[in-house]
Amino acid sequence: MAKEFELNEVEVWDGNYAASQALRQAQIDVVAAYPITPSTPIVEGYGSYVANGYVDGEFVMVESEHGAMSGCVGASAAGGRVATATSSQGFALMTEVLYQASGMRLPIVLTVVNRALASPLNVRGDHSDMYLGRDSGWIQIDAFDAQEAYDLALCAFRIGEHLDVRLPVMMHQDGFTTSHKAQNVYPLKDSVAYKFVGEYVPVDDMLDFSRPVTHGAQTEEDWHFEHKAKQHKALMDSRTVIDEVFADFKKLTGREYKRVESYMMEDAEVALVLLGSSVETAVLAAKQLREEEGIKVGIVAPRCFRPFPYDLVREALDVPSLKAVCCMDKSAPGGAMGALFNEVSAAAYSTEARPMMTNYVYGLGGRDFAVDEAKRIMKEQKAHADAGHITTDIQQFSGLRGPKLGFFQTRRD
Amino acid sequence: MAITSIKNLKEFSTNNDRFEGAHLLCPGCAHSMIVRELMNCTDDNLVIASNTGCLEVSTAVYPYTSWDTSWIHIGFENAATAASCAESMYKARKNKGTLKDPDAPVKFVAFGGDGSTYDIGFQWLSGAMERGHDFTYICLDNENYANTGGQRSSATPVGANTSTAQAGSHSYGKKQKKKDMVAIMAAHGAPYVAQLAPNKWKSMAKGFQKALETEGPCFINTVSACTTEWKFDPKDTINVTDLATDTLMFPIYEIIDGHELNILYRPKNILKVEDYLGAQGRYRHLFKPENKHVIERIQKDIDEKWEFLQRREEARI
Repeated sequence: MAKEFELNEVEVWDGNYAASQALRQAQIDVVAAYPITPSTPIVEGYGSYVANGYVDGEFVMVESEHGAMSGCVGASAAGGRVATATSSQGFALMTEVLYQASGMRLPIVLTVVNRALASPLNVRGDHSDMYLGRDSGWIQIDAFDAQEAYDLALCAFRIGEHLDVRLPVMMHQDGFTTSHKAQNVYPLKDSVAYKFVGEYVPVDDMLDFSRPVTHGAQTEEDWHFEHKAKQHKALMDSRTVIDEVFADFKKLTGREYKRVESYMMEDAEVALVLLGSSVETAVLAAKQLREEEGIKVGIVAPRCFRPFPYDLVREALDVPSLKAVCCMDKSAPGGAMGALFNEVSAAAYSTEARPMMTNYVYGLGGRDFAVDEAKRIMKEQKAHADAGHITTDIQQFSGLRGPKLGFFQTRRD
Repeated sequence: MAITSIKNLKEFSTNNDRFEGAHLLCPGCAHSMIVRELMNCTDDNLVIASNTGCLEVSTAVYPYTSWDTSWIHIGFENAATAASCAESMYKARKNKGTLKDPDAPVKFVAFGGDGSTYDIGFQWLSGAMERGHDFTYICLDNENYANTGGQRSSATPVGANTSTAQAGSHSYGKKQKKKDMVAIMAAHGAPYVAQLAPNKWKSMAKGFQKALETEGPCFINTVSACTTEWKFDPKDTINVTDLATDTLMFPIYEIIDGHELNILYRPKNILKVEDYLGAQGRYRHLFKPENKHVIERIQKDIDEKWEFLQRREEARI
């Protein structure tokens, strides 16, 4: 029987340690993992719990991230709770199996510490890996700081394992800015955390020999479409379960999470939409700009990247005063507008106000995003609002060295 | 472990059949013989993982399944990982008391073709062997990527004509030697490694049982004659396999704990390799005068390997 881990009411944890503690408290049956910067401390932290009797489950150190996710799929089909962690290249190597895990409807939890994708090789945080997962059929939830990394990792098990959902869940946090930044974290006691997560309920259990099951069958044009449509429906329908789990978590802790977080949007004239640890920077900049220059800036932060909350993003942007919105993508868009721009623009198109939409690519490979730059971008949105048209290129790059880079203009007759 | 009687073939073939006859494998494919033999040689519960390949695409096409046992397929390369981590889950749940029937005996088995074993899944297999899980990996070695229409693999022997190592006016087929997977697995320190053949069904059943009984990761390479890509009449599967074992193209032996080698079949009359090559369309071009040297090379390789195996066995080291 695993020992109880003595925790203080307030601990000083970084995002990695917070996530590893949540994994320990969920009493996972099998963790199959392969270390990679910057998520390595999650795996190492878990390893220390194993070595010191805080975990009853099995800890399988496989030979690669592809092996890690493959092991998670095999173990999950054998009817128990499963989780792992990764980043960047490891995430990319897992990608084949990510699709298989979701298609097989296995509620694996993957804690992702977001990091840039090579080439050039880069260990710092951006959202390239998170974006790579966006069509993989996983639920993707984004933690903006270490407390959230702890809280949302616990929520991830409840959401994915819910019998109406049965889908794998990624819990993202930003590499270094969240994963390695220590802050005050308020953990739950082991027993309280486990009670919240709940006992694992096996479905189509390979170790229930009274009912043999076949996992991972083949379907061609006759059935493949129906399977993928059902999977998509399960993802879309998971929205209500996510809301329920967040509501339960609030009852337990007082900490409130929403699929879309919005700040100061009630009277906003301009808004920034962004994800991850930059949200805190943007909120601070918006507050300062409101005080200093009276510019009414609001911030919208989709916490749930998949299923993408079109409904709540539209609601957040459906503000009569809203004139200009800038979507900030922390991933190289590869010959398109940023993914967040595309999703948010789709949601904004059906609002009454139909604000002007622009796109900034920023923070690639860990390039810093500071309050001053956030303010500059906000003021630029205010200039669009005052002019009544987009005064810059629609897509621009923030914090880029060398000549300014931008693409596409609106037609102004 | 419940060991099934293997007194005679008729009785053995009517045992507990958990692999349904209704599947889509080619008529004459040896895969189903080998799989049935594995599943019939034990009464224990089985958790089986299959790599993508002929066996997988022919036995689990929704909404049907040929498997009356727990079965999983993920991808081309990771059946060893699926089976080994299912075994980890078994240990975890046994420890925590969450198994529905904790006393039910269970064995974990992974199947892969030579493509997924020798090539694309090599790393995953090596990892699972090194980690020491209690499972058995069985390679259904038909010496080519048969599921995708007969391309060369690193298990394809010298001189075979495949669609990506073709025989033609400037080529005699595959030039590289077959990878010695049995030696590689033995070098992992696996407690039981063997090469077996379905024509020698008693030694195959015994080998399977030994692997299932042995604690730790076991590997078995089985010759699986491929009527479609080796190009012989489907009724001749066992005849061709007899030629494979009697020419020593496919010697039958086991290696215990990475070093103790035992030869399990010694042909009374060792046949010349031409008899084996001549029975298959994939080697037809070798009988042209300009390719005589290839047949000589193959025979030389066989003789040297047989000598090596015998000396290893004698040495008892």
